[in-house]
Amino acid sequence: MLEIRWHSRAGQGAVTGAKGLADVVSTTGKQVQAFAFYGSAKRGAAMTAYNRVDDQPIMNHEKFMRPDFVFVIDPALVYTTDVTINDKENTVYIITTHLSTEELVASQPKLAGKNVYTVDCIKIAQETIGRAIPNTPMLGAFMKISKMYDIEFFKENMKRILGKLPQKIIDANMLAIQRAYDEVK
Amino acid sequence: MAFDKMELRDIEVWDGNFAAAQALRQCQIDVVAAYPITPSTPIVEGYAKFLADGYVEGEFVMVESEHAAMSGCIGAAAAGGRVATATSSQGFALMVETLYQASGMRLPIVLNVVNRALAAPLNVNGDHSDMYLGRDSGWIQLDAYNPQEAYDLNFIAFKVAEDHDVRLPCMVHQDGFMTSHTAQGVKTLTDDQGYGFVGEFQPMNDMLDLDHPVTHGVQTEEDWHFEHKARQHRDLMLNVTPKIQAAFDAFEKLSGRKYNMVEKYEMEDADVAVVCMGTSVETAREVALEMRKEGIKAGVVGIRVYRPFPFMEIADALKNVKAIGALDRSSPNGAAGMLFNELAGALFNTDTKALLSGYVYGLGGRDLTKAHLRDLYKELQSNVDAGKVTTQLQQFIGVRGPKLAFL
Repeated sequence: MLEIRWHSRAGQGAVTGAKGLADVVSTTGKQVQAFAFYGSAKRGAAMTAYNRVDDQPIMNHEKFMRPDFVFVIDPALVYTTDVTINDKENTVYIITTHLSTEELVASQPKLAGKNVYTVDCIKIAQETIGRAIPNTPMLGAFMKISKMYDIEFFKENMKRILGKLPQKIIDANMLAIQRAYDEVK
Repeated sequence: MAFDKMELRDIEVWDGNFAAAQALRQCQIDVVAAYPITPSTPIVEGYAKFLADGYVEGEFVMVESEHAAMSGCIGAAAAGGRVATATSSQGFALMVETLYQASGMRLPIVLNVVNRALAAPLNVNGDHSDMYLGRDSGWIQLDAYNPQEAYDLNFIAFKVAEDHDVRLPCMVHQDGFMTSHTAQGVKTLTDDQGYGFVGEFQPMNDMLDLDHPVTHGVQTEEDWHFEHKARQHRDLMLNVTPKIQAAFDAFEKLSGRKYNMVEKYEMEDADVAVVCMGTSVETAREVALEMRKEGIKAGVVGIRVYRPFPFMEIADALKNVKAIGALDRSSPNGAAGMLFNELAGALFNTDTKALLSGYVYGLGGRDLTKAHLRDLYKELQSNVDAGKVTTQLQQFIGVRGPKLAFL
């Protein structure tokens, strides 16, 4: 079982990202689950979304999770929420920030000694898609770090999932995914 | 059929809401009268979009409340159409008066209920309070544990409800957010398979059949009211179960997916069993397998058909266990839990001497964790070892503060 927790703000696309990832993974014959914590939260409120991936049917519906990966797609959430809660010794963090990994860890001591990668998904999204929607670039970074799928295979599938959007937006998302793949470290 | 068909992949990643909306499209609903409410909104929204995009030949009626939504459904069903809608929580509560009208008038409406807590305090998350509120309303109630089942049970609901020996409305329940907003792989039927399973709508006593005028929604006082209600109950008790079984069998033939009135998991040799509904059934299944590795013979019984209550089937499922935990996701507000009471009633005149205890959990969407269930199974095993219930009969799990237990 592979488990992922997303830290996001409502409106940044974590739910869409989690469902998109689940869709891609499902095409390879694996079992998937994608869900989020909802309340009557408004745009901008901190929220979490989740993925589970397994070879067997996923029967576990508990919301509690000890994640293998933590994605943070809004830079401020590293300071205003505990992104390390319920983590494991080998949990991998991919965090959106304009800081280097060293600067980030220095600014948030809770991340010291943890397996942290950084990428500026906000900047990438702004420069490619034209809006600060950091969900698809995060998935590009995840493909690099996890080596889950070949990036071209992943992009082809994401094109299908984004199929209803205008071609210009789809192309921009592909650029964003590739840039995050190349830039994460 | 003058509408466009939709190409679906064999497995789509859908949440429970979208799965239900797709089922409504494939069943080609004539009329949806709806007043959207969280977390069920995307079901009727989905139908409306399919309609606008030309994938359904039907009508979406926008109304001013859930009471009006069900009233619109009743009118359309009496006129002679295939009718469905969806609601949750407060919307369901507002519908209650009309739910009894729908069942009493024997109208085969399908209502998707995305289970959610009832205020106060206001809460949009999933528990079974609204589902329990509907249990005396004369409807058939089916319960889904995941998005696949929310999809499948919609087809089964139409098949059963519209049968001329049944002619009763049917609710399809799924857990708010835990199923409705959780995306999982859903094995699809093609449009032809789905529509072929439910078939062309066969009207009965339809008001638009002007050659055979009928009256719906009549008044009967002491002279006939009891006979009508008794007839309705009789049909629920005698006619519905075989029709559900037949629909389950036909659906298995079509899809390979098997449903039962009462779902039994690891029950062949179980000493301790948890009985529950919704997503909790699946989480408990996973925990039961883990408990078995630790030497506790754990099993799970899930209620698939909540009304008519599978009285005999549940007694049979539990006949060999030594301890039972009845898990209610709704506040009984001054009584033992619903499942505790139903199980006690089903088992009392049998030879079963199982120790029965009740648990209230998960109100307002509070997480039911695997850790809770592990503790629960261990407690049931300690009841078996002691030969008696070692706790009070009703306990609350997952609530903050001092431990709550009663009875």
